[in-house]
Amino acid sequence: MSLLAIELAYWQITVIKLVFSIVAVLIPAGATVYLYLFKMVSFMQSRLGPMEAGPFGSLQLLAELGKSAQKEDIFPEKADRYVYAFAPYVVIVSSFLLVLVVPFGPNAMFANYDTGIFFALGVSSLSVIGILMAGWASASKYSMLGGLRAAGQLIAYELPMILAVVGVVIQAGTMNMQGIVTAQIEGEIFGMGALGNPFILTQFMGFLIFMVAVQAELTQTPFDMPIAESELVTGYMTEYSGFRFLMFFIGEFATANIFAFIASTLFLGGWSVPPFVTDMIGIEADSAWFDLLGPGVMAVKMLAITFVIYWVRFTYPRFREDQLQRLAWKLLIPLALVNIVATAVLKVVFV
Amino acid sequence: MSLSDQKLGDQRQLAYVAAQAADARVNVELEAEGMTLNIGPQHPATHGTLRIIVRLDGEQVIDADPVLGYMHRGYEKLTEVRTYPQVTTLINRIDWVGSFANEVPFILAAEQLMEIEAPARAQWIRTILFEMGRIANIVLFLGDMGVQLGAVTPMFYALRDRELILNQIEAATGGRFHPNFDRIGGVKDDLPAGWIAETKVALDKIRDFCDEVETLIVGNEIFEERTRGIGVIPADVGLSYGMTGANIRASGVDWDLRRDNPAGLPYDKVDWKVWTHPDGDSFARYWVRLQEVRESCSIVEQLLDSMPAGPIMAKVPRIIKVPEGEAYVATENPLGHMGYYVVSKGGLEPFRVKIRSASFSNMSITPWLLKGTYVPDVITILASLYFILGDLDR
Repeated sequence: MSLLAIELAYWQITVIKLVFSIVAVLIPAGATVYLYLFKMVSFMQSRLGPMEAGPFGSLQLLAELGKSAQKEDIFPEKADRYVYAFAPYVVIVSSFLLVLVVPFGPNAMFANYDTGIFFALGVSSLSVIGILMAGWASASKYSMLGGLRAAGQLIAYELPMILAVVGVVIQAGTMNMQGIVTAQIEGEIFGMGALGNPFILTQFMGFLIFMVAVQAELTQTPFDMPIAESELVTGYMTEYSGFRFLMFFIGEFATANIFAFIASTLFLGGWSVPPFVTDMIGIEADSAWFDLLGPGVMAVKMLAITFVIYWVRFTYPRFREDQLQRLAWKLLIPLALVNIVATAVLKVVFV
Repeated sequence: MSLSDQKLGDQRQLAYVAAQAADARVNVELEAEGMTLNIGPQHPATHGTLRIIVRLDGEQVIDADPVLGYMHRGYEKLTEVRTYPQVTTLINRIDWVGSFANEVPFILAAEQLMEIEAPARAQWIRTILFEMGRIANIVLFLGDMGVQLGAVTPMFYALRDRELILNQIEAATGGRFHPNFDRIGGVKDDLPAGWIAETKVALDKIRDFCDEVETLIVGNEIFEERTRGIGVIPADVGLSYGMTGANIRASGVDWDLRRDNPAGLPYDKVDWKVWTHPDGDSFARYWVRLQEVRESCSIVEQLLDSMPAGPIMAKVPRIIKVPEGEAYVATENPLGHMGYYVVSKGGLEPFRVKIRSASFSNMSITPWLLKGTYVPDVITILASLYFILGDLDR
């Protein structure tokens, strides 16, 4: 692999990837938590949010980290100790595995699998196991209810998410994440290539279904029954404290970002900018410049999508469990199937 | 130890053993099948320390058993060792969100016994503060219901706008939550200068808040889906459980003590309407309360405009001794009917005071109402019944 035409040894690449994987998971998580969870939501709720730690409270997150690190790691008396201790790691590992296949530039990605999106959808289900482990091992009735609700919900919403992605895969003709980005750069809308073809235009239904499913996967309001704080007192996380709670917290928000990364790759053109911009500034769409610019472009698109996620989160009340299942099975899945059929027919007509 | 002491000790022990056995029996009954879930005493949906033992089959409630008394403060007994003017300090703490409303029926009962009538201006000020307490109370409910259903944001709007009303109450009485302002024969002070204009501004803000809530929550599909048809109370069942206030008006019963038995308060001098809703579900209870806030705003505004001049205290002896007799006065408080049965033996202190608080009676329907619902609906129903822990346990 060459990074900006410098040949690197295998160990050097591995070290770089290790550092960047942590950067790619934790920095966006910190940024969105501060920008949206602390600040934007505060403005929505006519308050200021954190103001004391650092300018405009920008160091609040570090303070929270320090606070959580100092706290006692409490184990409930009847908890299944090993499972209980291990569950947060399973959840956070799934976020790290998800970022593996996200392309941040023509070469700037951790792994270029032929079936990248397939891999991403597969490992995203891994967090269910962690949540079930946490819910069961806590030996608390609230946690168990939360864990079971989470399992039911995440399994139900896996399906519309996969079906929404199938439309994109049909249109791009590949499951490779890099290939999907390339297809959007090279695509044309009725013979005009200035914008490329970001799939949000042709797959708008797919995008909506994907975002609803993401909201449910992340257990954010209106789909937050597993952690419903007014009913189950944060469900499967009830008994966790200190650093393990923090890991659930990071896992939740890091996964939100990474799903936003995946959504922007699938629907907004990923690391690329519309072709008329590259024509204007005079660099090739697949030049090494985009290894540097790509992460920035991705960050902007990610922030736009997470904005919507948090906006919805702090606007709506929560569904009931059965209403959520009804929405998934009776509305989203049929819509996604219709979308697939329409995409397939149009693909045959236009290609 | 004398013989009688020992006998008393034995009796106590027997009573203790019997209580233990009763507890064990309850526990066995509850553990028979399904899962027993303790909602409370420490739970965010109980606004304090209410405990509801629910037996679950999956997420469906088979049996619900509310356990009250974790916050019992013995107010009925405590009133017996306080003089009449001192009692208002205590009873302020019953429904602590709309405090002034607690004082009014007790003072009216004492006045009835003493055969004193407060001057018109005092009655006007009483009613204005009474209604402002109601606004402060119900505005909190309008936000809190959102929190219980998972929408956090409306709560902040409610707290922000309730502040305006609390500021006005503070400006008039000196206390934000516990005004302690009502006196036998009148009120403590006259209204401060400029208060009327400021209050009108605050009322306009509350009306804006009501509109905001109507667009944010009432029109929301998820909110409707979560509340419509949930916790339906038929009118006859509700009445047989002794429910009052907005809870029973939401079941279509047109019963409001402010209109039907105002006990001397000048509600008949203003043009207002009692809101009812035919459905009797959680949505209806929310909707009725929302309309009541608007109605209260209009009542306060009309009273401010028609405020009579004159004294604020009737002629009252320096040391208040209430003549022998009994009186019961109930008023339409924010949570429902609140009544005081005052028995006087002619001393400085009441001989006995029985407090009829609305939440206690409203709560009694929960075993009937929660049967067959789901865990999320338990929270919805509890939120829509709207109880204040202090009002529940006294």
